[in-house]
Amino acid sequence: MYEHGVSKQVSPQPVKPRASARAMFRTHRLVEPNFVWRAFARFAEATPPIYKVFTWLEEKMKRQLFGCSMCAQCALPTTAYACPQTCPKQLRNGPCGGVFPDGSCEVYPEMRCVWVIAYERAEETGHVEDLRRLVRPIDHRKWGQSSWINYWRGRDEGLWTGDDALDTPASL
Amino acid sequence: MTNPGADRAQDTSNQGQRWHSRLHETLANGAFAVTAEIVPPRGASLNGIKRIATHLEEWIDAANITDGQGAVARMSSWAGSIGLLQAGVEPVMQFSCRDRNRIALQADLLGAAAVGIPNVLCLTGDHPRFGDHPDARPVFDMDSVQLLWTARTLRDEKHLLSGNKLSSSPGWFIGAVENPSAAPQRFRAERLGKKIAAGAQFFQTQFVFDVPIVERWMEQVRDLGLDQRCGIIAGVGPIRSLRALDLLSSLPGVYIPEDVAKRVRSMPPERQEQDAIDLCSETIQRLHEIPGISGVHIIASGWDDFIPEVLTRAGIGKRGERDKVATPTAGKSPSGGRNSAD
Repeated sequence: MYEHGVSKQVSPQPVKPRASARAMFRTHRLVEPNFVWRAFARFAEATPPIYKVFTWLEEKMKRQLFGCSMCAQCALPTTAYACPQTCPKQLRNGPCGGVFPDGSCEVYPEMRCVWVIAYERAEETGHVEDLRRLVRPIDHRKWGQSSWINYWRGRDEGLWTGDDALDTPASL
Repeated sequence: MTNPGADRAQDTSNQGQRWHSRLHETLANGAFAVTAEIVPPRGASLNGIKRIATHLEEWIDAANITDGQGAVARMSSWAGSIGLLQAGVEPVMQFSCRDRNRIALQADLLGAAAVGIPNVLCLTGDHPRFGDHPDARPVFDMDSVQLLWTARTLRDEKHLLSGNKLSSSPGWFIGAVENPSAAPQRFRAERLGKKIAAGAQFFQTQFVFDVPIVERWMEQVRDLGLDQRCGIIAGVGPIRSLRALDLLSSLPGVYIPEDVAKRVRSMPPERQEQDAIDLCSETIQRLHEIPGISGVHIIASGWDDFIPEVLTRAGIGKRGERDKVATPTAGKSPSGGRNSAD
């Protein structure tokens, strides 16, 4: 937790996902918002103990798989399931200019840049288009909430643009 | 205090602060642009900046003032930029996300426009881990793409991220950076596209020592049609000594290919400076040939005479004497880009 003397909360370290992008894209279909998930999300929000247990489970699972730190505004579906919040600069829109030619992170050179990992996974699964979307700044009030419940409640809709926004400029 | 930009041409038709940007004009006219990088002092005087500015004035279109480059604390880039204005050189204010949250970013951006800074270069910024304050809290509330998007929103939509209206809007020429040699190289042209979509009108690159990498990158940029929508200024600089070679090689994002390193190592010490000029001038000439490259950004790292010497050697000459590059393109004109202000 305190490697390099810096808390991961303040300066995260890149995490290589422990699940393949292909498997994750498949799994995602199961959690897409539908009548059941929306009803569950409303119920959980109205029932604090359920919300707490559900969020705890979500955190356990996503921390293990992706190094999730519970920003509650999950970008994973647009990054081939490599978490951009594990980038030491917490970049949401792609790699910085300091990545070494061999793909290692500029801040933790012994680790691989999480955006290089994301790009390779996106290429493998035909999802490079996703990386072209413009991603809006996150809402820091939401840390610790359940991103799944936020997703089912439709709060994720403005997180990124629908396409590369080159033809129709998007509002921030 | 008198406004240091008061004598500069100003278009008041938009009510806000729309300072004339010579860099914008140069790129729009299809002339070869030259910018220089000036590192502000670790101290409280503008004299050094003004001295360098006076020395370079007739050679460059504009000069960048870095913003805590390498995560080392120095004078702020907006203050350095005012120093440049006072010395008659157009500033490009570098502006990074490392030290400010979105409130401070917007506040400083508005302040920069108010004092007459016509160009802003939006960056993510170097991580504090390798700077002189490794104990500092890294902020990174936004990334460079989001910062560009914010600058464009303030200028074109005339409101803050909160939605609150601005009483007058800024009018900068908005710049960004790219590093064609950084991994994943295949994504670097697309990342340029993201920045253009967010609001970037010109780009400056990291040091180029490996021209073929830039050639490949520019091919992708042209394939995506992005060269038509922005000015692209390639970063160059001297490798003055073996020590400089080691120092540059150790910087994240700087890639020196083996043949260049070999050439520098094989030079006897007394010829190293002359060869640094030769090598850089060859690089400039090769970059000049690449369709879509609209200028060079010279990072001379404190070697004041380097810029006049290398520009003379490369046949680029002083600002008033320059040839046009191939064709001016739509995105480089003040009103041509779909994302531009007007």
